Amino acid sequence: MRVVVASGKGGTGKTLVAANLAAVVACLCDVVLVDCDVEEPNLHLFFPSEKKLLPVLADVPVFDTVRCDHCGECARTCQYGAIVVLSQKNLFFPEMCHGCGGCEIVCPQGAITMGKREVGRIEFSRPRAGLTLVSGVLNEREVAAPRVIREALRYAAGHPLVICDAPPGTACPLVETLEGADFCILVTEPTPFGLHDLSLAAGVAGVLGVPAGVVINRSIGEDEIIWRFCRSENIPVLWTIPFEKRIAELANEGKVLTDEIPEMKELFLRLFAEVRHRGEAGL
Amino acid sequence: MIICITSKGPKSTDPVEERFGRSPYFLFHDTEKGDFDPVTNKFADAAGGVGPRAAQVLIDRGAKVLITGNVGGNALSVIQAAGIEVFRYRDGGSVEDAFQKYQKGLLGKMA
Ligand code: SF4
Ligand code: SF4
Repeated sequence: MRVVVASGKGGTGKTLVAANLAAVVACLCDVVLVDCDVEEPNLHLFFPSEKKLLPVLADVPVFDTVRCDHCGECARTCQYGAIVVLSQKNLFFPEMCHGCGGCEIVCPQGAITMGKREVGRIEFSRPRAGLTLVSGVLNEREVAAPRVIREALRYAAGHPLVICDAPPGTACPLVETLEGADFCILVTEPTPFGLHDLSLAAGVAGVLGVPAGVVINRSIGEDEIIWRFCRSENIPVLWTIPFEKRIAELANEGKVLTDEIPEMKELFLRLFAEVRHRGEAGL
Repeated sequence: MIICITSKGPKSTDPVEERFGRSPYFLFHDTEKGDFDPVTNKFADAAGGVGPRAAQVLIDRGAKVLITGNVGGNALSVIQAAGIEVFRYRDGGSVEDAFQKYQKGLLGKMA
């Protein structure tokens, strides 16, 4: 089963929920936790430990400057503006290249071959018994977030239990993470902004056919705005995390709540039981 | 010498467009012929890479000077590598006005 923890935007406590859920589940069975927030991965802050690195490579053109006669065909073909041909040399912008290989095909001089370049990396660690952490990391200025996410998910594929921390937003990176998941936990705050992002993220899950449930974070007991939305959309509210200074403090220190507060462990286990039940039944 | 001015329309009386890559038109002025030749920027609405692609149009037409409001990072490196000088115009006037101010040396050069 693969569970995705998403929120539509950052800062709602999505990573906190993913980290704690994985920590309590790891006491019961093996779990792989995947950080799909590749532009700003931070799950490792909760689980410091030694890591192994594997590069994520993308295809890029390599120019043979002797063969090239600067005809400009490659630049005309590139849809992404990654190549500019001057009279004496070609300029190439690797971070704009999507690796489609179009330029190689059209070059009349056979001056282009496809090579590789690193756009990011996957970090593996085993911070505690039962828990494997797989973090996707996109290099700065790169645009290929979906590619790094796909790679990270590939390493987790086939494992009986995978929990993913989704990227913020509702664009390609979220779609890449959610597609094919068995359940989506939507973490939100009981505010109009929270509701706005929640409704967008819930929409993406709906389109992809992934069943979803809501966790309301930082509740001060006035959550009607979220409940009303969930009732009208027929999305279950799985759990409400009260606003407590201690929770915020521990999270800021990078501590796992379920290690520090025994009741939290119970509550996260109950959340997991509910998610597993719904994910397996496709509810 | 060929000068390119980014423009909202095809005529030299049309207002200058301040964005380079997303400019609807490029008006090419040949100082020997004295006319303004409009070229539609077919990348104005493209999803990505508009700056470098638009810069390629200038290079292919042999422009030596570009007058516009602003040029983004990648496009600027292309334009500089091609030896094209960029002058900034932000007075909100017509292409004509920008050209006259350029001739009088009133426009600042973008580094
Ligand atoms: S298509 Fe080939 S020959 Fe033409 S400019 Fe590009 S690399 Fe050079
Ligand atoms: S591989 Fe595709 S995206 Fe990259 S430079 Fe060539 S044509 Fe452009």
